[in-house]
Amino acid sequence: MTTPTPILILKGLTKTFGNFTAIDHIDLDITEGEFFTIVGPSGSGKTTLVRMLAGMEEPSSGDIILRGARINDVPANKRPTCMVFQSLALFPHRTVGENIEFSLKIRGMAKGERKQRALQLLKQLRLPADYYGKSVLKCSGGERQRVALARALAFDPEILFFDEPLSAIDYKLRKTLEKELKDIHRETGKTFIYITHSLEEAMVMSDRIGVMRAGKLVQVGTPDDIYSKPRDKFVSEFMGDVNILKVTLEGKNQLACPDFEKRLKAPTVPRGFTSGHLVIRPEFMRFVAKKTDADNVFAGRVYNEYALGSRIQYQVRAGGQVFVVEKLREQASAHINLDSEILIGWDARDSVLVGE
Amino acid sequence: MKAHPFRLSPGPANALPLMIFLLVGFAAPLMAVIAYSFMPARTFGLLDHPSFGNYIEIFGSNSYISFTWSMLYAALTVILLAPICYPIAYGMAKVFGKWSPIITLLFTIPLFVSENVRLYGWVLFLIKNGVLLGTLKEFTGLNLDGPLYTRWVVLMGMVYVYLPFMLFPMSLGVSMVPDEIRDAARDLGASRWQVFREVELPLSMPGVMIGFLLTFVLAVGGIAEAKILGGQVIIPITQDIEIAFTYAQNWPLGAALACLLMLVVGTLVLLVLWRFDLDKILGRRARS
Repeated sequence: MTTPTPILILKGLTKTFGNFTAIDHIDLDITEGEFFTIVGPSGSGKTTLVRMLAGMEEPSSGDIILRGARINDVPANKRPTCMVFQSLALFPHRTVGENIEFSLKIRGMAKGERKQRALQLLKQLRLPADYYGKSVLKCSGGERQRVALARALAFDPEILFFDEPLSAIDYKLRKTLEKELKDIHRETGKTFIYITHSLEEAMVMSDRIGVMRAGKLVQVGTPDDIYSKPRDKFVSEFMGDVNILKVTLEGKNQLACPDFEKRLKAPTVPRGFTSGHLVIRPEFMRFVAKKTDADNVFAGRVYNEYALGSRIQYQVRAGGQVFVVEKLREQASAHINLDSEILIGWDARDSVLVGE
Repeated sequence: MKAHPFRLSPGPANALPLMIFLLVGFAAPLMAVIAYSFMPARTFGLLDHPSFGNYIEIFGSNSYISFTWSMLYAALTVILLAPICYPIAYGMAKVFGKWSPIITLLFTIPLFVSENVRLYGWVLFLIKNGVLLGTLKEFTGLNLDGPLYTRWVVLMGMVYVYLPFMLFPMSLGVSMVPDEIRDAARDLGASRWQVFREVELPLSMPGVMIGFLLTFVLAVGGIAEAKILGGQVIIPITQDIEIAFTYAQNWPLGAALACLLMLVVGTLVLLVLWRFDLDKILGRRARS
């Protein structure tokens, strides 16, 4: 395997609106052909970032380098990139075929050739060929997604940007489209840069994820990295329901937590760590029989239970803390009922220490 | 509850006051005009034997000249206003931002002043020895005749008077084009001109068409511009109608002219509406 070459390099990319810094010195390399997802809460600057990459917004400072060439001043219509918008932005006065062919018509491709390409894309996106002449307004939500993707792929751009195109779609269809998008990524081998506020969505599709907060990239890594080694409290909280305990380091590997008298056994302590948070994912929490069955064990009382489809989530009150415990449905023990007194615990290696 | 034979359901009951108002205030006068157009010339009753006499007289007369003037000037007004208003409408919808309300206000304030007063203002400005030519004479010694009472000034007056009626629907039309669709077209490789031609103009067409129709219908009915700014250089059909109702004391002839004007303009408007299905352009019906 050859070393992957970066197709896109961002160097100190910054965007300010008046006194407000929307994007704050972002450095990032995007590898050719990768599915890179930028996640962050609304207002974190992810849309501004991708609009700069697509050429719809001018950077205030820093560089965007595409295949070695600085493209800061290249307008959107001259960049070999294309965006799928949140609203999809299909042309409502045009048919499915005309939408897909738009970029080819602009580039002066002959009518017959255009149609051939459009039909090929319809097929690739699993849309029937007779949709060619159909009004986009008569398409369903999922079909419109596919038309938007076909339109973006038509002129064979090098990078595709996605600005939360699936956010307004119901859960089941979204799951299907996520998988289809991943398939299309594999089939076309193009570089995808995807924006979402849902880390779950990012996990399903991405090769790498960048977590954004207040205009900065907080952590970049594989889904696995982000999941198991969150860099800080923000990233770990962004992962969904996690147990976070405020702790200070005592001695070499003991942690003091204000909610408990007992000291906790620490996982590997990051260098320079003195105080911060201990993060334990809910699936690593265990119901145990006796106090020696796990590194850290607490007595608690089950006070709530939620069925999450294949999993069951328990909320357990122990000390001053409410722990979230998740078990696969078939592993859920019969004796865990509401208000039952139980022991819960986790092993030190299943927890992560993070800074503020 | 037992249905009472004279009790209306809530819908019609609520619509009743408006229906009565429309019948008395709109339909009845219109009916009266139509009825008068079939009465014998120079009569003032509605009970005579109806005939097509007035219409036959019109087709034998030279009224077609006034008709042509009115239609031509209305059409020219629309043609001139379209390129004047589109850039301003675009600016108001997309560029001016917080200044947009102020600009809207500047275009609206003149509407609070009577059209005749505003046109006499133009007369004072353009008349020989008036604001423009008087000042010019004072400073340069040139003694020009000026453009007042020419056909060009009538046209200018119409463009001036009907500008807001073209501008505001257009501005609404332009503001209905979502920014993301513009961005998408650009992102797909379109130049600014291509974005305008392929996306912006077709999508703002409903507003543009409404502006065209409104301006045309109002301009066809215009009379003050020709009278005040044009002297007698052109006689629009509206002036023929006015003369028939006043000096000539021939209500049936005036009514017949009015009916013909309504017929011609109505047909044109319907043709345009049929050709440009507003709902289809908007995509409203299909979306809902």
